[in-house]
Amino acid sequence: MIPFLLTFILALLLYLLLTAGSGSMLLWSPSELVAGIALSLLAAAVARNFLCRSGSFRMANPLRLLLIPLYLLGPFLLEVTKANLDVAYRVITGNIRPGIIRVQSGLKTDLGIFMLANSITLTPGTITVDIDEKSHDLYVHNINIPDGWEGRSGVEDRELFSIANLPAWIRRIAE
Amino acid sequence: MIDPWYIAVCILVILVCLALIRLFLGPTAADRAVAVDTVNTLSVAALVLLGVAYQQIIFIDVAIVYALLSFVSTLYIAKYLGGEL
Amino acid sequence: MIADILILACLVIGLFFNTLGIVGLLRFPDVYTRMHATTKMTTFGSMFTALSVIIYGAALFLSSGDGQYVTLSVHALIAAVSLAFTNAVGSHAIARGAHKAGIKPSPAIVDRLEEYTP
Repeated sequence: MIPFLLTFILALLLYLLLTAGSGSMLLWSPSELVAGIALSLLAAAVARNFLCRSGSFRMANPLRLLLIPLYLLGPFLLEVTKANLDVAYRVITGNIRPGIIRVQSGLKTDLGIFMLANSITLTPGTITVDIDEKSHDLYVHNINIPDGWEGRSGVEDRELFSIANLPAWIRRIAE
Repeated sequence: MIDPWYIAVCILVILVCLALIRLFLGPTAADRAVAVDTVNTLSVAALVLLGVAYQQIIFIDVAIVYALLSFVSTLYIAKYLGGEL
Repeated sequence: MIADILILACLVIGLFFNTLGIVGLLRFPDVYTRMHATTKMTTFGSMFTALSVIIYGAALFLSSGDGQYVTLSVHALIAAVSLAFTNAVGSHAIARGAHKAGIKPSPAIVDRLEEYTP
């Protein structure tokens, strides 16, 4: 019952977002609202077993969901801007020192690994190449390895980021 | 004065043509996959700008669907490259 | 007036980063470094061009009050968000596939993935 309700709310929110500005009732027209509720019920009936497959409902907590836009607009945006300026400098000068290193994350949930891998891909000169499924370590291609890192067998995840501690934010959101 | 949206779309189309050079040259298949991915991203950006230039919101809906479908095709190409298909 | 300047600034920044991304794609030596240029910089640039569309829609909605400009802004926002997610996951998939296909990072200081056997 709870997965059905959560899927219904998510589908309805997405429908309302896509049809915002169609009418007079607080941006939505009445026919759009009725169609949205009917289609969301249908979608929830079909797809209720796919959304909450792990059986844990900790992401339904509104506080965690509120942290996600805060995370994306605050520290994440700063890191993305800095990483882009860094890569722009390397494109112009051609001054690179690439290699693949191993990063220890310590995250346990799938969502946490997903968010960390995507954050690493979009931020500081690094791309996630592969993930060790058992120990949840990441293999990261780094465009400019700092001196002394090539001899180390594993690097802590927070050493990759220089401005904000993104792994701590992800731990707060997803664990 | 010419609309800035049209100029921006023209520059994006020139960039797509430059990315096609890498698609033609690329020594390995992975290079070509990266070039196709880049062309998809630039097409989505150009479609969003064209939606404003022609005052047609449907162009932006096309851009959303194109982004999601090209993502699926990228995943399949990547699976094929890795030999898991 | 301020909105016009903001729109032009966002367009110029976005096109600048997109251009640098393509230059990196043509210039860098192997697949992984090329992927650095395209994934990060074209995503960032495309998000800025989408941001200019969002500002355009918001400014016209505030001055005219027409609901269709809200639709324009929200749809451009959804396009930017889906672009960011799909690009990150897609580039990770291509990098993994390329390494499984046996393409080595050719100028490389160190390759820890080489030693890993599942």
